[in-house]
Amino acid sequence: MGATQIIFWILSIVAVFSAIMVITRKNPVYSVLYLIITFFAISGHYVLMNAQFLAIVNIIVYAGAILVLFLFVLMLMNLNKESEPKKNKFMLWASAFAGGLLLYVLLAAVHTAHIENVKGIHVGNIGLVSELGKALFTTYVVPFEITSILFLSAMVGAVVIGKKD
Amino acid sequence: MYLLDALSTPAQYLPIAIQFAFGVLFVAGMIAISHFLGPKRNTSDKLDTFESGIEQIGNARQPMAIKYFLVAILFVLFDVEVIFFYPYALNFKSLGWEGFAAVCMFVTFFFAGFFYIYKKGALKWED
Repeated sequence: MGATQIIFWILSIVAVFSAIMVITRKNPVYSVLYLIITFFAISGHYVLMNAQFLAIVNIIVYAGAILVLFLFVLMLMNLNKESEPKKNKFMLWASAFAGGLLLYVLLAAVHTAHIENVKGIHVGNIGLVSELGKALFTTYVVPFEITSILFLSAMVGAVVIGKKD
Repeated sequence: MYLLDALSTPAQYLPIAIQFAFGVLFVAGMIAISHFLGPKRNTSDKLDTFESGIEQIGNARQPMAIKYFLVAILFVLFDVEVIFFYPYALNFKSLGWEGFAAVCMFVTFFFAGFFYIYKKGALKWED
């Protein structure tokens, strides 16, 4: 077992453990903190796969900014004990059923995927920041510009929904 | 640029991993040491929730203003904009004027959005 494989197993165990902690914690703030650990472990996986741009973006955007949004959402909710909604048996079974269906779809997708197209660990260098930049600004320059329009619509949407008047 | 070029295999991330590990172990170790060494004289004042030294007022679980959330969402959008500059900065010379034009167009769209946000007063704190 090489060093890469040992690191892979450590990162996988950390990621799965903290992901389980995210969904089992009673306090939602602890859930968010465990989610940060999950994101860092996944960033480590990206580095192992030589997808360094994704690793950096995952830390800057997800661990840095999106989780702040999660915390804000938690604070925007009314989490007092008195106002806690009644837990419904029917809702519990319905959500378990829906989650099971999603799991089934994911398993089916993994089952039918073509494994031979998957690159091995740290093979290829398209995930490096400079290589990705070359592809992004030459071959995929039009989709890149279209993303800016997407951001524009996101800004307008945020202002329209979040601003009072 | 030379530093980022050098980081082309996962093995070169070892110093960063060591730094992370050191940071985590240092903080965990300091907390553990202070837990074992520090005297524990708990009084009701010390066990109170710390609110900058003043006495507690009201409930912590009050819904807060949506404008914090609005500013955070706008921050995320501009954060993602800046991330697109990293791959451009590494290829600044080789992409030439065409790449510069692409980035200028990208930034222009963001400026249009920023102008809209500014004019709508979404960043104004006091209403």
